[in-house]
Amino acid sequence: MLQGQVVLVTGASRGIGKAILEGFGRAGATVIGTATSESGASGISHELGKEGWNGDGIVMNVGDPESVSAGISQVTQAYGAPSVLVNNAGITRDGLVMRMKTDDWEDVISTNLSAAYRTSQAVLKGMMKARWGRIINISSVVASMGNPGQVNYAASKAGVEGLTRSLAREVASRGITVNAIAPGFIETDMTRALDDKQREAMLSAIPAGRLGEASEVAELAVFLASGAAGYINGETINVNGGMYMN
Amino acid sequence: MSTIEERVKKIVCEQLGVKESEVQSTSSFVEDLGADSLDTVELVMALEEEFETEIPDEEAEKLTTVKDAVDYIESHT
Repeated sequence: MLQGQVVLVTGASRGIGKAILEGFGRAGATVIGTATSESGASGISHELGKEGWNGDGIVMNVGDPESVSAGISQVTQAYGAPSVLVNNAGITRDGLVMRMKTDDWEDVISTNLSAAYRTSQAVLKGMMKARWGRIINISSVVASMGNPGQVNYAASKAGVEGLTRSLAREVASRGITVNAIAPGFIETDMTRALDDKQREAMLSAIPAGRLGEASEVAELAVFLASGAAGYINGETINVNGGMYMN
Repeated sequence: MSTIEERVKKIVCEQLGVKESEVQSTSSFVEDLGADSLDTVELVMALEEEFETEIPDEEAEKLTTVKDAVDYIESHT
């Protein structure tokens, strides 16, 4: 379905990013996944190789502009300019605002929001030339709902949604779409770490009565990257089992 | 070897999708050749690539006609 596309997924060594990498691999694209460590990158390469999918794992720190431009040049030389970018890499540094450290605020904004600006800027030149491209930003339900203890994370994700809408307006005329996906609670290492009481409280807020699977986010990303989704632009799509609707 | 003016005109034609006969030295990218803001950014990027030079934003803003671009490149390459 996506043969010939060069897909770059940031933060692809685990969680939702890993599922997105796999979704694009299955769809026949060439997939490059980024990780912050050598071991993460080689884990991605290993998985791609094992499944027989085309692509590679590379080390990239999305918080560092130089690392981003070096990583994207590396991908472009090896596989051609990325035609699909999935900004998935993200971190949390939770804490009530009264006690939050400035570094906790700035690290989250840099990795979750500024990184989307950096990577998008770096891939857009190739997409503009090709007159085709897809940028998919992974947001979060907390961008709309808010969440105590996550002012930094929620602000970064709400920022990503604003970036999504503005960038979509800038580049739509060149055959490029920019959309966001806002997952709710998804089964990942992060949510598996919650105790029974926290889990119960979380489930009571979800009409579907269950957490989402990472693959349920990944399948949407693959669809948004397809030709069929070419008229969806600047949109943020919720994948949250009904816990928040707009 | 083509002259700088010929090379600039060729790039303008490619980027803006206009015919060579429409592109005069005095043609304004926006007013005469129908460029939008994104077209002008792409045009500057294409000129930078063709002439292997960097055009700073504050200079790029002043390049509104074919002649402006030719003059800039002649004095900077």
